[in-house]
Amino acid sequence: MEITVTVNGTQRSADVEPRTLLVHLVRDHLGLTGTNVGCDTSSCGACTLHLDGESVKSCTLLAAQADGGEITTIEGLARDGELHPMQQAFMENHGLQCGFCTPGMIMAATSLLDEQPNPTEEDVRIGLEGNLCRCTGYHNIVQAVLACAKG
Amino acid sequence: MTLTDAPTTTSVIGQRLLRKEDPALLTGEARFTDDLQLPGALHLIVARSPYAHARITRIDTSAAAAAPGVVAVYTGADLTDLWAAPMPCAWPVTDDMKNPAHYPLAVDKVNYVGDGVACVLATSNAAGRDAVELIDVEYEPLEAVVGLEEALSDRVVIHEDLGTNASYTWPLVVEEQEGAVDRAFADAAFTVKERYVQQRLIPMAMEPRAVAAVPQPFGGDITLYTATQVPHILKVMTAITLGIPEHQLRVVAPAVGGGFGSKLNVYAEELLCTALSRKHHLPVRWTEERSENSMATIHGRGQIQDIELAADADGKLTALRVRLLADMGAYLQLVTPGIPLLGAFLYAGVYHLPKAFSFSCTSVFTNLTPTDAYRGAGRPEATYAIERAMNTLAAAVGVDPREIRRRNYIPKEAYPYEAYTGLTYDSGDHIKAADIAADLADYDGIRAKQKDQNVEGSTTRLGIGMCSYFEMCGLAPSRVLASLNYSAGGWEAATVRVLPTSKIQVVTGTTPHGQGHETSWSMIAAEKLGVAVEDVDVLHSDTAISPLGLDTYGSRSLPVGGVAVAMACDKVIDKAKLIAAHQLEASAEDLEFSGGSFTVAGSPDKALPLAAIAFEAFTAHDLPDGMEPNLEAHVTYDPPNFSWPFGTHMCVVEVDTETGSVDVLKYVAVDDCGVQINPLIVEGQVHGGVIQGLAQALFEGAVYDADGNLQTATLADYLVPAASDVPSITLGHSVTPSPTNQLGVKGVGEAGTIGAAPTVINAIVDALSGLGVTDVKMPASPINVWTAIAEATASNNGDVGGTASAPDTSTSATSGEADQ
Amino acid sequence: MIPAKFDYVRAGSAEEAIRLIGEHGDEAKFLAGGHSLLPLMKLRLAQPSVLIDIGRIRDLSYIEDKGDHVAIGALTRHHDVEHSDVLAEHAPLLAHATKHVGDPQVRHRGTIGGSLAHADPASDLPATTLALGATYVAAGPNGTREIAAGDFYESFMTSALAPDELLTEIRVPKMNGAKWNFQKFNRRALDWAIVGVAAWRNGESAGIGLVNMAGTPVFATAAAEAIASGASPEDAAEHAADEADPQADLNASVEYRVHLAKVLTRRALEAI
Repeated sequence: MEITVTVNGTQRSADVEPRTLLVHLVRDHLGLTGTNVGCDTSSCGACTLHLDGESVKSCTLLAAQADGGEITTIEGLARDGELHPMQQAFMENHGLQCGFCTPGMIMAATSLLDEQPNPTEEDVRIGLEGNLCRCTGYHNIVQAVLACAKG
Repeated sequence: MTLTDAPTTTSVIGQRLLRKEDPALLTGEARFTDDLQLPGALHLIVARSPYAHARITRIDTSAAAAAPGVVAVYTGADLTDLWAAPMPCAWPVTDDMKNPAHYPLAVDKVNYVGDGVACVLATSNAAGRDAVELIDVEYEPLEAVVGLEEALSDRVVIHEDLGTNASYTWPLVVEEQEGAVDRAFADAAFTVKERYVQQRLIPMAMEPRAVAAVPQPFGGDITLYTATQVPHILKVMTAITLGIPEHQLRVVAPAVGGGFGSKLNVYAEELLCTALSRKHHLPVRWTEERSENSMATIHGRGQIQDIELAADADGKLTALRVRLLADMGAYLQLVTPGIPLLGAFLYAGVYHLPKAFSFSCTSVFTNLTPTDAYRGAGRPEATYAIERAMNTLAAAVGVDPREIRRRNYIPKEAYPYEAYTGLTYDSGDHIKAADIAADLADYDGIRAKQKDQNVEGSTTRLGIGMCSYFEMCGLAPSRVLASLNYSAGGWEAATVRVLPTSKIQVVTGTTPHGQGHETSWSMIAAEKLGVAVEDVDVLHSDTAISPLGLDTYGSRSLPVGGVAVAMACDKVIDKAKLIAAHQLEASAEDLEFSGGSFTVAGSPDKALPLAAIAFEAFTAHDLPDGMEPNLEAHVTYDPPNFSWPFGTHMCVVEVDTETGSVDVLKYVAVDDCGVQINPLIVEGQVHGGVIQGLAQALFEGAVYDADGNLQTATLADYLVPAASDVPSITLGHSVTPSPTNQLGVKGVGEAGTIGAAPTVINAIVDALSGLGVTDVKMPASPINVWTAIAEATASNNGDVGGTASAPDTSTSATSGEADQ
Repeated sequence: MIPAKFDYVRAGSAEEAIRLIGEHGDEAKFLAGGHSLLPLMKLRLAQPSVLIDIGRIRDLSYIEDKGDHVAIGALTRHHDVEHSDVLAEHAPLLAHATKHVGDPQVRHRGTIGGSLAHADPASDLPATTLALGATYVAAGPNGTREIAAGDFYESFMTSALAPDELLTEIRVPKMNGAKWNFQKFNRRALDWAIVGVAAWRNGESAGIGLVNMAGTPVFATAAAEAIASGASPEDAAEHAADEADPQADLNASVEYRVHLAKVLTRRALEAI
């Protein structure tokens, strides 16, 4: 079946099986490999991107469900060679080490700040409960999100 | 700062420089192995045993072979010709160690759930996943051996050709005179006898393992892309195991999403992809699913520890006995048997112990996923045992846990200190680390609060726990590794190259996967050579570009690899100096190098910057007689000693005694890893390590049923915590430079994990000591804590309403007979 | 990770959805938000041959004040339930419990109807709507019917919906200022409850729903009656598990579950 989505501002189409997950549409058919697959139980959040402006776990959606929608992936955050403020905050606060969870973490964090522009530390920790990281222990990730909220 | 700017006096080392690695990772540009676009690649899917222990009686692959998109289906029997040797174990710890030969796919018998029995090559991952379900395997199930003591009994022997489930017994007895240990226990004023269980852990790096073997169409060269921590070791082992020419094999680790030891191995899928890509002359790739990772990627820990302490009337240690029963899993992977032994040298922790030490480890096979290195690899286990036992000793002696440690710490003045094992610990100041931690944790304040809070009837009990540890890292002096029967060395290689246009290339043999080596090695080179950090490029993780190395694990990269970089920079400066002397018509002894330039002492206008020298070296128009052109130097550095980071962690918890729920109020980590090249990176390593150790204490554990089926195979059931579940971390540090290398560095990758688990459990036990609780099993899940309280309350004879400073004396410590 | 193959059709209305499921029969399933169904399909624990995507039926996403109750369209996303002003005022227990469902990403897509129809006793919303005395509306080829929450959950993961019925609306009685409390006990914040309690009290009326204490969500009748008739929280909570049939699993024994149910019920009742 043919799926058409607007990804990072550009309309793209692909012919996929109905069972194709949104994350595989993005990675394999559209070549945007920044969004990652880290688990098979919708637990880890590495696949988080924005669909119609909201964070979603793209491994738990069929591409068909996103048909006609607007998708923003990690590749779409930086503009004209300038990092998005969240990306900048992660860098300044050492909020990433191996980087595998990072795209999903950043997409979840930007959505969190859209909905809660002034979160407390606890709000951030709860807001990121759907994203697992094994490297950082979360301390610096939380600092990065709080810094981005302030800045 | 560039070479042409005025020299700066600000040191680069010690700055919190932002990481060079970050932009690519932040924007999704970085390529992990599964991201690689390989048109025409075949997808490998492995069919895995659903039984923990069974004979394979029949395999019918015909339905799978006929499925859409399938190119080939192979059973283990079909592929035996591909293997020149069984899967490698690089650490035969004893001469009589039993190592069952195993191959990438099982042929007659399977020995753990997840053991591969057949495989499909298909044109897409989805087609392969569909087809693999059609492989019809008939098994004759056998009784599964799951528990360690059951394994030791040999009632059911897993590898029949070995005749036993015991792989080896490795003793380490150090006695001033024979019988010293027994005498010390007989004479002891206090003895402690405890059993602890180090539960099996699943490393759960966020990136599932992935492999892609890409052959050249003609000529036989092949590139193996794989999510590995060890491309160099993998290259050698793959060449040997497959019997293929090593010089035609290139191994590349693209961006790797975490390892923690689980990607320090030679895996069946790496061998299968390589061998099958050669056979089919096509790229062959494989990516595991998470529930596959839980079974097909190595596990960590898995030990029963029996530890006994003997102490004098002041509570000072006089002897130590340790017996370990360690879980190898079904097979020995790359360094499986050595892991428990890495802790053998640390069971006395940071304490003085006379030569009265008796250690023995027996390792057994079980019908479970093989174990191997996982962050800390043997040292968290050892630290846990001694740090928990020291608290029991404190209770027996009737002093605070801080005090028992103060009485036993190796004093600062004693360093370098030759330990009972003959190893020399290079430096340490444990009292200082403990004092900093106590200050940050408000130890005395918490003790005061406990008096009011932990009273009879209180359902939220406050506790504070501590751990003082040593870390033994910087693997390692090659001769020491030889004495341990480890099959490889412990050196590290670095090449530093000044390009004609003065940019620097640093080629390192380390393989970073989150640790920021590109940034840290750039800082070392920038400092040494007087260049800008931006002008340094660090090349790594590709055996074609960095042909020599022993990769990244065991907190070795900085103390061995980083030091090699510094030494190579020294050699570059030495050569450049000779060129400068020649060109400035001065004597080399009169030259000074600073701010990236050579100047003649006393004649500041006679100067030559490194940039100019590099170009001179390239043109070779006027070099000293006999000197080779170009400006680069290579060092292979074999460290003279392990390095010894140390520290003290403290943790404050509140336990809800009605539910068993534990709330971590504060976590303090004071770590001394010597000189810190980049404090930002050091802190990140400690944070991550602490949370993994805390996760072992509170959340994690691989759970099996009686048939050897993993019950915790997904991230929904295996509880890797999220940000909402863990505390922020308060860091302190001291800097005791290592005297054994020029940078004064020690390594820090595993320290956090080594310190955290005993710290947390000590805090929980401290909170509940007034209820008579003396131990809580890991993980200290709510039900485990609740059960510990219920059991203690039921059998409690002691002081129910007591406070932590006067702990309940109905512990397993006994007062020995005083010397007659 | 890869579901088994299936055919996919989209329904633009409830009527079309019912017609399609009638056509495709037993092997077809509705796909709402997909956050209960797709995880099962990815592990191949569920393998429907046809998915009928009802996720775009806008008409079934609403939250409306209907006088004595609030009507919630079955396809209303958790995010909207969580942030609804109408529910914050009239059924705050439900809005609050919904905050605990999954994580923010899940709540952007998962729907209340999808969660309820899935009939997992470990989910928060079945027990919460049960405690509130909700009624569910089902539409089928022969028209609509109302099913009381107490009659909706037949057994583990099995609701009273016929295979050709679609859940269209959840009717939640207004709480009229009742005090309420929600206790979700788990190890990680993103986990299902080991035990959960949704409780409310308004003078002599009370409702207590238990999460993960049986194969279906449990209405703790004895405990609710006790508190409504003036028993102390502690005495009422002693009866918390009277109607329950708790199972053992990785995180809890039967005994521990019963103990937790009593402790959490007591705490919830103490708070109200």
